[in-house]
Amino acid sequence: MSLLEIDSVTLKFGGLTAVNNLSMKVEEGQVFALVGPNGAGKSTVFNLISRFYTPVSGSITFDGKDVLKLAPHDVPQLGIARTFQNIELFHQATVLQNLLVGRHRHRQTNMISQMLHLPSVRAEERAHRHAVEEVIDLLDLQPYRNSRIAGLPYGVRKVVELGRALASKPRLLLLDEPASGLSVEETQNMRWWIDDIRRHMKITVLMVEHDMGLVSKVCDRVLALADGAKLAEGTPAEVQSHPSVIEAYLGTNAVSKGGKVA
Amino acid sequence: MKFHFKTDYDQDIRMFPDWWNFSLYAALLVLALCLPLLIDPFFLGEATNVLIWATAGLGLMLLTGQTGQVSLGHSAFMALGCYSCVLMMEANVPFLAAFLLAGVITGIVGALIAIPALKLHGVYLAIATLALAILADDIIVLLKEWTDGVNGKMSPPIDLFGYEISRWNNPVEWYYLTLAVVLMVTLFYRNLLRAPLGRAFAAVRDSEISAQAMGVNVAQTKTIAFGISCAITGLGGALMGLFAGAFNNETFNFLLSIQLLMMIVVGGLGFIHGAFLGAVVIAFLPQVLSMTTDLFGRGVAIPGLESGVFGVILILFILFEPMGLYGRWLKIRTFLELFPFARKDMFKRQKSYLKTERLR
Repeated sequence: MSLLEIDSVTLKFGGLTAVNNLSMKVEEGQVFALVGPNGAGKSTVFNLISRFYTPVSGSITFDGKDVLKLAPHDVPQLGIARTFQNIELFHQATVLQNLLVGRHRHRQTNMISQMLHLPSVRAEERAHRHAVEEVIDLLDLQPYRNSRIAGLPYGVRKVVELGRALASKPRLLLLDEPASGLSVEETQNMRWWIDDIRRHMKITVLMVEHDMGLVSKVCDRVLALADGAKLAEGTPAEVQSHPSVIEAYLGTNAVSKGGKVA
Repeated sequence: MKFHFKTDYDQDIRMFPDWWNFSLYAALLVLALCLPLLIDPFFLGEATNVLIWATAGLGLMLLTGQTGQVSLGHSAFMALGCYSCVLMMEANVPFLAAFLLAGVITGIVGALIAIPALKLHGVYLAIATLALAILADDIIVLLKEWTDGVNGKMSPPIDLFGYEISRWNNPVEWYYLTLAVVLMVTLFYRNLLRAPLGRAFAAVRDSEISAQAMGVNVAQTKTIAFGISCAITGLGGALMGLFAGAFNNETFNFLLSIQLLMMIVVGGLGFIHGAFLGAVVIAFLPQVLSMTTDLFGRGVAIPGLESGVFGVILILFILFEPMGLYGRWLKIRTFLELFPFARKDMFKRQKSYLKTERLR
């Protein structure tokens, strides 16, 4: 059984079909990429998995459990964490506090004991802090621990968002354009981190990415989407050379088809 | 500028980061405890008033400053806290039990009202809660069998373990009672902020969408925030009514909500200190105004002066110092600590474009 199974899912906004009868399977331990032109429905697929949208038909199962039966805030309890395309951090809080929110699904204590700051709360906080510190170590966020998000540069915010998702110790990590807006070095770092996340933390990664360089280096499997429907699926090389993918990105080649320049 | 060399996670979890910080607050507590020896009963009454306002303000601060939900209905919850406390005291419930139960009742009612109200966002929530505040005024009049309507109620004497506390006979005990309440509330508040629930509040305030993606139940968190907020404000209301000696529907009209909101904005949204600084402003402004009019107006009362000045202050703060008095103090402190390296733009808020909130 695959870790994440999306089976013939369709999502419509009024007359617009955003996702059209899409099926895909992400196996445990894979790094899986969704690619496609803007507006193809890649982020929409993420929002479907996060339950921000409800499909009109189809099913989504995670490790055999029906995701569509859950409320959005229960999805992370399954072990699914995500980042956002436009960075959705808690701006008025520090990096540390942001990462600690990632630990929310592991909380054990109740409101009253937290108000009284009982020893159990203190012990839990230490444990959360330790887990967060491991993430800080992995992502080299030490210099920013106590900085507020509002004053941080874009590249660092991107990493903090990855860290927040990792802090929840997920089984499946959804990365929405992890390399967008990053410099060459930062993209390089992101590549190593994704490798580490898969190899050492044993987390399955599903990502949306436009940077085919990054995709071909870190991904095992790629699915190309256009207009909400699957174009091609396979290894990065297979997908990149697939005729319908080339068509979606570059248009038809009038020369080779008609034999004459149009 | 101090740098903390951290060797232990507890250094971040602890309430005070270092001994210096701890001793500052300890000194403040000693000063608060010694205050009755230092000032005369009139000013002690004023100090009690400040602490009562601070209690009520802390309640609204938790909701507006921490969770980002604006409420203009908190005067209704102050009224509920006050009437339920006094009614229980009249039914011979011991003061301490009646007082704490009043907080619990207000909290539960607040949470129940929050369930439908918190489906609204931003200004719509403010309008809905304002309606609640206006409604409360009429409900008090309608329920005159219990509340004595417009005639109002006299607050019964407080009997704490057989020891009677009245405002006129023993203002010192009143002061200590209020101080104890405000310390308890502040302690709970501070503890919440360093626990998962406090972080969930901040998460809901800054980005509901990613709070949800991290597993925070947004509706539940908002409801809890509203409940705790109302409970604290209810305690503040009970103290206010008991301290006033007599109260009716007018005591808790909707202007009180606006004053509360103004108080926390002027003090500094999102800071515990802000509630206290705002309380000082709101409690002393009328005194300062009447002193100045005595001085210059030769005793001629100017109608609407107080609310006019309140309004001007609020507008000036929103325009020039949105972080309030405490924010101003933070800026001054940073400037001094970093001198001469402080930059003018250090506290400038960056605009964030491209919010994913458009999903909704």
